[in-house]
Amino acid sequence: MRTFIIRRFIFLIMAILAATLIVFALSRLQGDPRNVMLNVGYVSPEQWEAWGEEFHLDKPLIVQYFIWVGKGFFQGDFGESLKTGKPVFDMVKGFAPASLQLGFAATLFVLFTGIPIGMLAAVKRGTFIDAIGRTFAVFGQALPPFWLGIMLILVFSVNLDWLPSGTRGHDASGFFEKLQYYIMPAVTLGWLASAGLMRLVRSSMLDVLDSEYIKLARAKGVGNSGVIWRHAFRNALIPPLTFSALILVGFIGGTVVTETVFAWPGLGQMTYTAILNNDFPLMTGAVLVFTVVYVFAVFLIDILYAVIDPRIRYT
Amino acid sequence: MTTSTNQMTLSELEKATQESTLTRWMYVLRRWPLIPFFILGVLVLCAIFSPLIAPYEPEKDQLRAVLAMPFWSEPCEEGQISNKFQPCNTNGIGLGKDERVYHFVLGADQLGRDLLSRIIYGARLSLSLAAVAIIIGTVFGTTVGLVAGYYGGIIDEVIMRVVDVFNAIPYLLLAIALVFVLGQSFAVVAFVLALGAWAGIARLVRGQTLQVRHFDYIALARVAGASTPRIMVKHLLPAVGNTVIVATTLQVGSTILSESILSFLGAGVPPPTPSWGADISNGREYLGSAWWVAFFPGMAIFLTVLSFNFVGDWLRDRWDPRLRQI
Repeated sequence: MRTFIIRRFIFLIMAILAATLIVFALSRLQGDPRNVMLNVGYVSPEQWEAWGEEFHLDKPLIVQYFIWVGKGFFQGDFGESLKTGKPVFDMVKGFAPASLQLGFAATLFVLFTGIPIGMLAAVKRGTFIDAIGRTFAVFGQALPPFWLGIMLILVFSVNLDWLPSGTRGHDASGFFEKLQYYIMPAVTLGWLASAGLMRLVRSSMLDVLDSEYIKLARAKGVGNSGVIWRHAFRNALIPPLTFSALILVGFIGGTVVTETVFAWPGLGQMTYTAILNNDFPLMTGAVLVFTVVYVFAVFLIDILYAVIDPRIRYT
Repeated sequence: MTTSTNQMTLSELEKATQESTLTRWMYVLRRWPLIPFFILGVLVLCAIFSPLIAPYEPEKDQLRAVLAMPFWSEPCEEGQISNKFQPCNTNGIGLGKDERVYHFVLGADQLGRDLLSRIIYGARLSLSLAAVAIIIGTVFGTTVGLVAGYYGGIIDEVIMRVVDVFNAIPYLLLAIALVFVLGQSFAVVAFVLALGAWAGIARLVRGQTLQVRHFDYIALARVAGASTPRIMVKHLLPAVGNTVIVATTLQVGSTILSESILSFLGAGVPPPTPSWGADISNGREYLGSAWWVAFFPGMAIFLTVLSFNFVGDWLRDRWDPRLRQI
């Protein structure tokens, strides 16, 4: 177990290092970062040189990389946004809560649709309910998320006028009024993940229901609900647990799309705008934050998985 | 008593045989994904012969037809057209007698470009991008997977860790950034999409190869003096071929989705090339007045991805049921 954790931790460091390398290479592929700042007007050669010294551009690339990584990880200093002039770290901190809240809402949606629908579909295998459940999954995996969001706006905001079409609802007062703003973005962000989870829960539940110990439980005379909840449910949830990492991947990509469609003031939209504006310090910082969050989450899930299911091989 | 029972059974039998035609069709449809195959067939035809099939030029704007309504709008006189603001107007300039009746089956967008034609040409872009990306991704992923699985040991370890690291970076953000840095063009977008496809294929092929390489016939080939590349291409590749094809088909849908997301965000092949994702992005502005501009291109993406997923699932069940749990 300990070697397993150490191995995973080494991998975690490697993954973050690789990510920083890629992000750094991306920011330099564009050419001299000073060119981005040129749109302010006339720049004297002295100013140009001063910038070079300020951003360490006069040093070799390798040194620049280590300066960037060192400052970033040990001082939390990823430079300043070229557009707003604010420190990248502060901007990320400012936009993060909105994204986290959206992610939380979407996670709730995924858990409260994916697991029950998957279980129902497995227990009622081959029936109409199963068909509905599988349609839910098939749709989720084929609907373009941005289009789903736009169609939800079309139906529920434009035509029915039931839900607000976007933003986080700053003016809204009261819990339920604020909640309305979360419904459509959470569904848009979560449906794909929910579909995947549902399929996994269904197939894993079918496997478990087919196993010997369930047959024994039935033979002993355990009632149907007892078999499902006490015996099958817990074991059937192990495989979907690994899937939670994939949910997160989907969310990280999905936030860019969802936040753009619903004008949600979060990290996804911030990153997207940064890329559009050639704001490379902000972009590299944001991509790095996403990667670090993801890698850490995968690390935790791996360990959790090994703890929950002792049958796993620690390789 | 007996006769009546017999008669009832007979009539029931008759009824059963009548129903069985439907049941048989249901059975065929369940066994063969005929509808997805049909949709994909139409799409491929549209992509190849788009200039012949499309009723209009996809990039030709006609101011008279701005936001023209789809087929259910009332039929107009010659030279007239319905749009959101005015049914059957003639507000165009110089409408001659011989002017043809404009008819937009799926309506027109904010510049008066025929949506059906744009969707047909969009199929060309989406399918060709997906094809190029998938071919690059499959060749690269399969090679990497074969090498890792065949050699095992440290080589396998290094390659799989690279794949893991690759999976750890949020793909969509990397893709958008890469497209903007390298410049928006067909080749760049195809490359970026291939980047998203190879890792999954490599992992599956490697897993399959790990099992196959211990088979006796591989050892015998080695004893017979076959070189490593020969063993890989002639003996291992056919053994993992099914996995490759299944993994590839399952990947097509998500590649098309990624492409549409990129072009929706403005990081795809630049306009005026008709692209489904970009058209939806345009249509967003007119949701209140002309919802069809955003609706139909999205339907096209949805049906395409749905069909590819169905075919992929079907192939997997037939050829490689072991991948089922995924």
